[in-house]
Amino acid sequence: MSEPLLKVKNLRQHFKISRGFTVKAVNGVSFEIFPGETYGLVGESGSGKTTIGRSIIRLYDPTDGEIFFNRDKISGELSHKIWRRLRKNMQMIFQDPMSSLNPRKKIGDIIGEGLDIHKLYSTRKERNEIIGEILKKVGLSPAHAERYPQQFSGGQRQRVGIARALVMNPKLIIADECISALDVSIQAQVVNLMKDIQHETNCAYLFIAHDLSMVKYISDRIGVLHKGYLVETGTTREIFSNPAHPYTQSLLSAVPQPNPAVEKNRKLISYDAAAANYENRKMRRVNDDHFVLDWQEG
Amino acid sequence: MENILSIKNLDITFRTNAGNVHAIRGVDFVLPRGKTVALVGESGSGKSVTMKAVTGLLDTNVLINDGKIFYNGIDLLTLSKKDLRRKINGREIAMVFQDPMTSLDPTMTIGEQIMEGMLLHKKISSSDAREKSVELLNLVGISEAERRMKNYPHQLSGGMRQRVVIAVALSCEPKILICDEPTTALDVTVQARILNLIKNVQAEMNLSVIYITHDLGVVAKVADFVNVMYAGKVVEVGTVEEIFYDPRHPYTWGLLSAMPDLETEDDRLYSIPGSPPNLLHEPTGDAFAPRNKFAMKIDERETPPMFKISETHFAATWLLHPDAPKIEMPAELQARLIRSRKAAGYE
Repeated sequence: MSEPLLKVKNLRQHFKISRGFTVKAVNGVSFEIFPGETYGLVGESGSGKTTIGRSIIRLYDPTDGEIFFNRDKISGELSHKIWRRLRKNMQMIFQDPMSSLNPRKKIGDIIGEGLDIHKLYSTRKERNEIIGEILKKVGLSPAHAERYPQQFSGGQRQRVGIARALVMNPKLIIADECISALDVSIQAQVVNLMKDIQHETNCAYLFIAHDLSMVKYISDRIGVLHKGYLVETGTTREIFSNPAHPYTQSLLSAVPQPNPAVEKNRKLISYDAAAANYENRKMRRVNDDHFVLDWQEG
Repeated sequence: MENILSIKNLDITFRTNAGNVHAIRGVDFVLPRGKTVALVGESGSGKSVTMKAVTGLLDTNVLINDGKIFYNGIDLLTLSKKDLRRKINGREIAMVFQDPMTSLDPTMTIGEQIMEGMLLHKKISSSDAREKSVELLNLVGISEAERRMKNYPHQLSGGMRQRVVIAVALSCEPKILICDEPTTALDVTVQARILNLIKNVQAEMNLSVIYITHDLGVVAKVADFVNVMYAGKVVEVGTVEEIFYDPRHPYTWGLLSAMPDLETEDDRLYSIPGSPPNLLHEPTGDAFAPRNKFAMKIDERETPPMFKISETHFAATWLLHPDAPKIEMPAELQARLIRSRKAAGYE
């Protein structure tokens, strides 16, 4: 296999709330993302999936651990040059298309901001052409560049969010619950668009979501998070057909299926989350690319 | 089968600064006693508004132009707000809202919130109400109920809070429980438990339940009957098997295929192009026509009536007219339907 695009090693992210209280959001998570692949990160709310995305793109300063992106070390103190490289090559699509676009800026300027900062054009005309192209690519029209976010529907705004990420031609896009605020029919449009773009530009996605059927559909590999620990990771096929960790098993047993006969005979696998203790456990190989956090006693 | 609730030709307009929005355009709906009916559709399709009309929770800028809502022979729309509040809401028809964070009062203990309805609606002493509340908390699966009574909402997790909301809704032994996206804010494992809980309570108390949701997985799990809504109309109605194994309306096709099941391996999801119509400008003909690749000329001119497919299954699309050309549903969906019918043993 080729060299990984992103390498996260033993990432810890703790937030100090007060003198006596620290939230340990992420506790020693390691995984890799290869060029052009989609890595799905799943887990319940509070499991740390959003925090990981935000630490990787350096919205937070990681407490401990190392992150390598495109051969650059991007954890710790960064030089100006690496900051610029990181900011250009890694982009993020946010969850809520209502609050992630500045209402006082035109769509064209929202998309063009990165171009302006990194001076990726020589003339004003070229800039507007790039923006027009990207708008067409996400299924909007170049004329939309003159409008404001509130003139668009939720699905269209999420397309603007995608265009803003894409215009930089990034190698990695972090998509944090980017479809969960959208209606079902619009979700499918956005997911199709993301897949098309990946075929075309070979960008990689870190797809953070709690909707497991969508994650299964879009991801090549999956990581399952629980309480800030990566409890299992492997190819999508492996995780779904051969889940090893009891938490993964209970999670998969709860995925709703659009089939009444299946749903009505569903057996939930329960998992005592409160009793689970993941401290000082090691990842164990199940096979090939499939690893699971040891959970047995002793 | 006897219907505990039936809505006839409901028609509702919102007056807004931008103009009148014709949000509900002739909705018929029935809830058979003891059964569960799901209302599905995208945001803005009118599912919540329809149910708010039942409970009298509509805002003051809303005009009910036409329609009747019968509950036990009474037309709820003829009752005053005061009568609705006193006689119907809570004690006959109760509602569980989407967000357990905002539907509980942060300044009251959960015990007080469960007792509040009982003390108002029933002639009952507060010690009896307290006893009943503890019973309810046990029923909804909250352990150490006695101690929990003194807790405030912020001391509970999201799933626990939704259990409390359900306990509040059940406190006056309603006949109908309306659940508006009860599990959208919750994780899948918690969601599954809450849905099971509502199901068990339903059997125990002989409740009739209405689910408002856009999650077809939830519908498949809980519903006996399904109403699919689009742009203020019911476009397809049937038993849950008819809707999931033999859907007839192209919008239902789109909804079903937009949600991948765990076996979907196609490279693309079949998606409905475009977005729902803005009801500020009322569509002529079939509101779904602009997004429907099977649309015919007549769709632009005339609104399709409900065509009968079986005693329980109806759909509003001209494709079911005897003169309409035969069309094939999208191949992706066809494969999926065959798969799910097979898994279910449905012919």
